[in-house]
Amino acid sequence: MAYTKRMDGRAVDELRPIEVKAGVIPNADGSASFKIGKTWAIAAVYGPREMFPRFLQDPTQGILRCHYAMMPFSGSGERIRPGTSRRSQEISMVMEKALRPVVDLSAFPNAVVDIFIQLPQTDAGTRCAAISAAAVALAAAGIPMTDMISSVAVGQVDGMVVADLTYNEEAYDGPVSDIPIAMTHISKEFTLLQMDGEISRDDLLKALEIAKSATEKVYELQMKALQERFKKE
Amino acid sequence: MIVNKETIMELAAQGKRLDGRQMTEYRQPISMDLEISWTAEGSAKVTLGETVIMAGVKLSLEKPYNDTPDQGGIMINAELTPMSSSEYESGPPGIKAIELARVIDRGIREAKAIDMKQLCVTPGEKAWFVSIDIISINDAGNLFDASGLAVLAALKSTRFPVVDPVTGSINYKEKTDKKLPLLKEPISVTVYKINGQLLVDPSPQEEKSYQARLTVASDKNAIISAMQKGGEGPLTSEEITQMVDLALEKGEFLRGELNKFVK
Repeated sequence: MAYTKRMDGRAVDELRPIEVKAGVIPNADGSASFKIGKTWAIAAVYGPREMFPRFLQDPTQGILRCHYAMMPFSGSGERIRPGTSRRSQEISMVMEKALRPVVDLSAFPNAVVDIFIQLPQTDAGTRCAAISAAAVALAAAGIPMTDMISSVAVGQVDGMVVADLTYNEEAYDGPVSDIPIAMTHISKEFTLLQMDGEISRDDLLKALEIAKSATEKVYELQMKALQERFKKE
Repeated sequence: MIVNKETIMELAAQGKRLDGRQMTEYRQPISMDLEISWTAEGSAKVTLGETVIMAGVKLSLEKPYNDTPDQGGIMINAELTPMSSSEYESGPPGIKAIELARVIDRGIREAKAIDMKQLCVTPGEKAWFVSIDIISINDAGNLFDASGLAVLAALKSTRFPVVDPVTGSINYKEKTDKKLPLLKEPISVTVYKINGQLLVDPSPQEEKSYQARLTVASDKNAIISAMQKGGEGPLTSEEITQMVDLALEKGEFLRGELNKFVK
């Protein structure tokens, strides 16, 4: 019994409804809200500001630091204990690597740019939503960037290569793979690539192709949110 | 943050505030969004001026405590996230977050706002436990009152999840129509004393310039269910009377605001 039609009726390369907003946290230097289906990430950027503890400072350039956190009530099962976990620390790390290539912090030695992420509700694709939100927040904060980063998950559900998997698709009873991806807009390079599950070489290449158009769609909405934020009255 | 404490104190003595508000005036807008999180059994976002708070409720089935075998329980946790202000750091909750959670907890618990006995499923074996998490999104002052409203709104929007009759396990993806057994709806109001004058709904600057504060939780019959004095300055009994009266009056105001958004 192959997976022939997506559970929520979407086309294979169709993303869930996306809502992006820049400037949602007045205290932050830049902020953004990124909703994709029932996954919701809020990002706040503080900095550049002096890096503490001092021994972590880099005298040649600024440091980008991500802090990913799911709210305790944002999981689809039981309450999640607050505080960092191995999972949240790894995601914070891959987020930093996904965003760092486009962020130019050469003008800010010994400084840090902190990005705080909170997710009020989730339905798969949380790290991608977090990265897409963070990229908008960085831009809204005026952090020098050489390109935009847009992120979305692609994958395979029982032979069907799809974009933006839901939790139910990830949990499908059959061979599944989940491939979170982040891409630059101008150079079309991959800055995040993870995968779990199983996929054939050909399906992987197909998924990477779908990722290009999917991240392009995310990019358009990210830019629209930024234009909305900074439009002249 | 640069705080000109002297200016705030001088203005307060004349009954004035830096942002031009009356001493007993709340910021606008006051707005609430309910059921902001599909993964929570109940949730709310409260906006008070520029302050934004989210609260979410998770329900679980646990063994009742030995001293209350016929009752469920509640737990309130608050996180003052570094997202919400440059003054907060990552890590375990500091004393400010702990006090906030404890004050809101007492307002709900001691008012017996939730009928704990109705939360019991099988005495001594199984009862519902209510976990409430408060998350600050933007701290522009008065997290106490905003959090109290967010928690109450989240509790009012809470619906029990489906329980599998055979295995007894919870299906968190499906909700029933059953609501929490709320007996009372206590609302917290915090009154601040600055330079001998009383005010409500402080800005962050005012929160750094006060001598004493008093949080008063009260229900719609003006019955007080919890209080907490904060700050280093003492209060006379006359001042306490004035503060309680002001808190009761503003409690009614906030109840009216809450009822605009929650049925």
